[in-house]
Amino acid sequence: MSIEVEGLGYTYMKKSPYEKRALDNVSFRVEEGEFVAVVGQTGSGKSTLMQHLNGLIKLTEGKIKVDDIDLTARRPDYKRLRFLVGMVFQYPEYQLFDETVAKDVGFGCRNAGLSAEETEDRVRQAIALVGLDYDEIADRSPFELSGGQKRRVAIAGVVAMRPKVLILDEPTAGLDPVGRREIMEMVLSLHRTVCPTVLMVSHDMEAVAEYCDRVLVLSHGTLAYDATPAALFAKGEQLRDMGLDTPASVQLSTRLRQNGWDVPLCLTPKALAEAIAKALEGSR
Amino acid sequence: MKDVVFGQYYPTGSGVHHMDARAKVVLALAYIVLIFFVDSFVGYFAYALFVLSVTLVAKVPLRTLLRSVKGVAVLVLFISIINVFFSGLGEPLWQWWILSVSVDSLLHAAKMALRILLLVLGPALLTYTTTPMELTDAIESLMTPLKWVRFPVRDVAVIMSIALRMIPTLMEETDRIMLAQKARGASLDTGNIFKRVKALVPILIPLFVGAFRRAEELALALDARCYNASPKRTRYRILRFGWRDLVGLLAFGSLVAVVVLGAVRYDFDGMIYDLVASWVH
Repeated sequence: MSIEVEGLGYTYMKKSPYEKRALDNVSFRVEEGEFVAVVGQTGSGKSTLMQHLNGLIKLTEGKIKVDDIDLTARRPDYKRLRFLVGMVFQYPEYQLFDETVAKDVGFGCRNAGLSAEETEDRVRQAIALVGLDYDEIADRSPFELSGGQKRRVAIAGVVAMRPKVLILDEPTAGLDPVGRREIMEMVLSLHRTVCPTVLMVSHDMEAVAEYCDRVLVLSHGTLAYDATPAALFAKGEQLRDMGLDTPASVQLSTRLRQNGWDVPLCLTPKALAEAIAKALEGSR
Repeated sequence: MKDVVFGQYYPTGSGVHHMDARAKVVLALAYIVLIFFVDSFVGYFAYALFVLSVTLVAKVPLRTLLRSVKGVAVLVLFISIINVFFSGLGEPLWQWWILSVSVDSLLHAAKMALRILLLVLGPALLTYTTTPMELTDAIESLMTPLKWVRFPVRDVAVIMSIALRMIPTLMEETDRIMLAQKARGASLDTGNIFKRVKALVPILIPLFVGAFRRAEELALALDARCYNASPKRTRYRILRFGWRDLVGLLAFGSLVAVVVLGAVRYDFDGMIYDLVASWVH
């Protein structure tokens, strides 16, 4: 189970004054079990890339292969692809529509033609996986839930399809720090239990540094970097030129090092605190 | 979803684009009214020439302009067929039951088709060269006299511009919701008519919920900025009548002249009649 992308390119609204080159010669490979972040400025092509991976945008240039589904084939099996690669859009709570939470979460399963019992099983499991109480909310209208609950229900709707790859587009957008942390912990637990491979588009560098194994950086439609968070954030200046931030702990540890402190480059506040404590102890 | 006829502004920065929107709206209205008085081929040729030259000056590709005709193609075909067979004009060349075809009915059908096509092309050209915002500003400005009879011109204009402003937003939202539901395995373009209508529910409900949410947010934002508290509002874009508008008016004036004079002085239609008749016989 892997994703292979080779020489991917895409142009929006070809041959019109609004023509825009969104992707250009993007190649990478994601293996099963990876938690990959995709970062880049607004308009760098992140969403276009993600929508290619489950066939919402038809492949026009280059090659994509997801597991055994080759998108360059004449008639790729889009239906199977969409159940293999689950996609959570930005602000997914705005796509809820059904009378009850249970029905809404089961929408994907019903589209797949699963039996009523199988659907109910999966809905139960999915709602538990996103950290909600099935008995409490299953029969309520999704429109009377709180914002955070709605988002979890929407994510459950994708999880219930049991995808092998989960794609999330800014899952923490518009949330407060506590909400962001909760959602990220939930994504991490999904990554460890049901969806081994996770791709996440994010502007939240703190989350990228803390949770992801690998980062793809898009800049003006091309793949600028493909590195681990540690290697990437060590390039502080170059990232800023691309309009990207570095996490606060990276910035602080860089400045400490410049001032002669013996601390490594730290990705999380916790690691930095420990490094500082150790450095203080050593200098005593 | 992106190629709907509405809001089809095609930016080229030409002189036509820079014209005063009010002048363009008035011209478009005159264009529409005048076409119902045209009853000769000279007139229609003059009209076609006018549309063609404006299109060239506006640098809008002809192919793009002709796309706007697609919507009425069926109507044109239908009306032409009805006119050819049922007009009952002239000497029949061919007759069966209540159907008859004559040179007159053929020419009449051609005129009707031309009238409808030109009727669509003119206003289409207006929307290609004028942004929806400019259009509402122009309509507001032209409706000013109604203020004397206490008609709330400003409010109507604001409602119109908000509605126009929201169309692209709602389209984008529709696109996004469609993608999201497709990602959940919804199939929108397969199955019989009932299935397809049912498949719209997961799209329409979030769309309406979103529209109401936006309306509420906008109402709050307007309130928070004390909208309507000041009696005299100033504007950001000011429309000015300039030399380009004069050129436009003159061009249209010459069209009127050709239509009127051409119909009176030359028996152009008689020539066409003879031509078609000799070709048919």
